[in-house]
Amino acid sequence: MQTERETKKLIFKTFRFNAETDFLPYFKTYELEVGKDELVLDILNRIKWEMDGSFSYRRSCRHGICGSCSIKVNGKAVLSCKQNVWELVDTFKTDTLLLEPLSKKRVVKDMIIDKKDFWSKHKKLKPWLEAEIDEHPAEEIRVSPEEAEDLLEADYCIQCGNCYYSCPVVEVNEEYFGPAQFAKVYRFNADVRDTAKEDRLKTVRKMGPGIWDCVKCYECAEACPKDVDPIGKITKLHNQLFEEGLAEDNVATRHAVGFKHSIKKHGLLDEGELVRYSEGNIGVMKHLPEAIAMFKKGKIVMPWNMPKSKKLDEIKTLIKSSSKVKF
Amino acid sequence: MAQLKYALYTGCTARESTPELLMSTMAVAKKLGIELVLLDEASCCGASHLQDFDDFLSLVLNARNICYAEKQDLDMVTICNTCQLNTVMTKERLDSDEDLKSQVNEKLAEVGLEYKGTSSVRHFLYAIIDDFGLDRLSEMVEKPLNDFNIAAFYGCHNIRPSHIHHKHNSKIIEEDVGEGGGEEAFSTEPLMAKYNDGEDPYNPTSLDRLIEALQGKSVDYESKNKCCGFHADLQAPKTANRLTGTALLDAIDNNADMMVTPCPLCHLNMDVKQHAVAKEMGRDIALPVLHLPQLVGLALGIDPKELGLQHNVAEVNFV
Repeated sequence: MQTERETKKLIFKTFRFNAETDFLPYFKTYELEVGKDELVLDILNRIKWEMDGSFSYRRSCRHGICGSCSIKVNGKAVLSCKQNVWELVDTFKTDTLLLEPLSKKRVVKDMIIDKKDFWSKHKKLKPWLEAEIDEHPAEEIRVSPEEAEDLLEADYCIQCGNCYYSCPVVEVNEEYFGPAQFAKVYRFNADVRDTAKEDRLKTVRKMGPGIWDCVKCYECAEACPKDVDPIGKITKLHNQLFEEGLAEDNVATRHAVGFKHSIKKHGLLDEGELVRYSEGNIGVMKHLPEAIAMFKKGKIVMPWNMPKSKKLDEIKTLIKSSSKVKF
Repeated sequence: MAQLKYALYTGCTARESTPELLMSTMAVAKKLGIELVLLDEASCCGASHLQDFDDFLSLVLNARNICYAEKQDLDMVTICNTCQLNTVMTKERLDSDEDLKSQVNEKLAEVGLEYKGTSSVRHFLYAIIDDFGLDRLSEMVEKPLNDFNIAAFYGCHNIRPSHIHHKHNSKIIEEDVGEGGGEEAFSTEPLMAKYNDGEDPYNPTSLDRLIEALQGKSVDYESKNKCCGFHADLQAPKTANRLTGTALLDAIDNNADMMVTPCPLCHLNMDVKQHAVAKEMGRDIALPVLHLPQLVGLALGIDPKELGLQHNVAEVNFV
């Protein structure tokens, strides 16, 4: 006896473009009955195998480990072989799903994109273990379980690109390394056997391509199918710069440190003073037009009116006893 | 229904560059009969930047802020997305790590405080929706916003990372908290649908539902859950301006009459910087941007002066 399979009738709009022959991209629409156990990859396969053999996408392991099959569905980066379709219907409250490549401006064909920027940025950051290793060691190099835990699962990255192609900074700043790349830097910097930590930190501390250009939007953490939490690793790299004494004196580092000075003095943040401290007396001038506009609207608190937290002495005591980093 | 009462963590911005946020929050709370006790002892949350420099210090300071809500046996509400995230990230780490909690409490003991983890911490937006209720709110509307297309701009730190907001920034429905197993474990319905009224970072709805409850028309546009770039304003102004500009223009191109946001940092970028952003984008930009309680207050018929509309930089020309 056969029980009836529960399905939903869904519409899939697929992005189609062949960089070699097409002038503009277009969409092809398919209607499919989709069961509750079906994954996005099942849909890609059904379209290719049953409806249109020319439809192109990458796939390989089907087990969420090769990182090949990522695409975007209604703007959400997903690993096709792990993403349930009904879940997406629930998220977007719609029966029409838009299947697009991770990055439309990098398309080679349909869902397939050219990831060369993703790889070349990795390469600049020594994404390997640098260590002086004896070719004929008498015993193995030991890494304790605690030391291995310090990697914070950064080694789970499968380089699918979900975080990188969801990062808004990558979209507007071509030289920005990107979240997957920084997670990789952390993975090797946190490895007790590695000797290239300083080199890598000197590369990622650069303004423009480096970690200070992160906007802290958490898109990377949300997009990662392996819970690598790239932004958590970016924060760790910021910490490493200060701990290792490799933080340069610039607007970004002064901005971070300025919070402590301000809290020590007022409990609250002195916004105007933070900008002056971060930018310097000359750099701060470029904020003058906005400052004037704000002043006119009563949005600037004068230094003599700066509000202070009650029980400021407690805050001062805690800053003295709990500060762990110097700059 | 018992009167709602919370400890209000204002954050720094509401005391300085966005005074209208604090004014409108207090005015709306008064109108709704919600009692807010100001946490005047609280310090800055570090805004994720102190965290980049001295993580442990930021934990101690944020834990101290929560202590003052706990001491009064009140749940905390925040009116800034970044305060919300940094406070709950502290809470999450201390509540899940006894060792870290005792290290922090060792320091807090020096000033006679102890972090216990007894107060919840949520954004005012979710307190209005989950505790006060949108039905009750819509009954109180005196000036329906039905002539307006309103673009909801959510702000990153209230929706991402979603696992932390589903846990803290919402009313947790008790039956969902149990161990895995049973039929639940095999269900394809995502668990989070039961929290936060299903606030999904890829398709958030809370602000849009609030707008509809005030009888406004919520604008459907792609950038509603994107980043304004505020945290890179100083070190990467071009990046920040482009992100702010993309969102503002997206709202404008979808016929928004105004934008509303629950985050004062988003508000600073969207409101104060319109001139610089227009220059970067090469297009004119003039869009009124309201704080969440300013919008609620207008619909409740509160005097615009009390809502601090005179402090908004992009002129609010429809009142």
